[in-house]
Amino acid sequence: MTYTQLALLAAVAAVLADTVLLRTRLLGRRLFWTAYAIVLGFQLVTDGILAGRHVVSYDPAVILGPRLCFAPVEDLLFGFAMVTLTLSTWVRLGRRGRPVRGRPVRNAGHSRSVRRRAAAARARPGPTTASRRASGTDTRRSSTR
Amino acid sequence: MARLTYLAVLAGCLLGTLPLELWLRTRVYARPRRWLLAVAPAFVLFTTWDLYAIARGHWWYDPRQTTGVLLPGRLPLEEALFFLVVPTCAILAFEAVRAVLGWPAGDEPDVEGDCAGGAR
Repeated sequence: MTYTQLALLAAVAAVLADTVLLRTRLLGRRLFWTAYAIVLGFQLVTDGILAGRHVVSYDPAVILGPRLCFAPVEDLLFGFAMVTLTLSTWVRLGRRGRPVRGRPVRNAGHSRSVRRRAAAARARPGPTTASRRASGTDTRRSSTR
Repeated sequence: MARLTYLAVLAGCLLGTLPLELWLRTRVYARPRRWLLAVAPAFVLFTTWDLYAIARGHWWYDPRQTTGVLLPGRLPLEEALFFLVVPTCAILAFEAVRAVLGWPAGDEPDVEGDCAGGAR
């Protein structure tokens, strides 16, 4: 396969990773596109240096031909795929830190704030806790996990 | 010194984004497990692609502008580092934009009807 075909494939795969596989749906968020725009700017600079100074050279037979800041246009898709896949994975991993069905997950990004909130919830005896305790069905977390 | 060209570009990327971690508190390096796991898929896939492209002669590297340290598959050390450095910089940029503008990413503890703090 040529660089052009592989770059297209990678871009499509990254979109599928974000929408179907990891379901992070970053492509629908302005946070993603703002960050991507910034990364793209710096990509053009580094690509410009690497391709412009011929640190890396490309076989003309496997690229379309047009260049942007000395680098083949295919680099745009290459960069998009890498950034999208990375950020989608990053956000997906952050989601793992969210409490799933009341279970606090260890070692996660937001675990500290989650623990703090859990402690606050325990400290304040809400009506649910009180009634459960009154009916004798209060199960402590440690006994259920 | 010319042999350090590619390495210097990578160092520039890391140094240029370091203030984000230090001053905007992006907390990327501060969460090493999540950071490395997030970079891993891109590193594996794009290194594989790079090895294929090098083997097929899609692109090649100037030996006068690289350290000359070659990993298995004739992969220049700098290329392997590239696939760690660039994804890391992308995460730093992403978290920096979030820190400054406060826009959600979808991994916040309170979004989408999530019950915080273990409340059933």
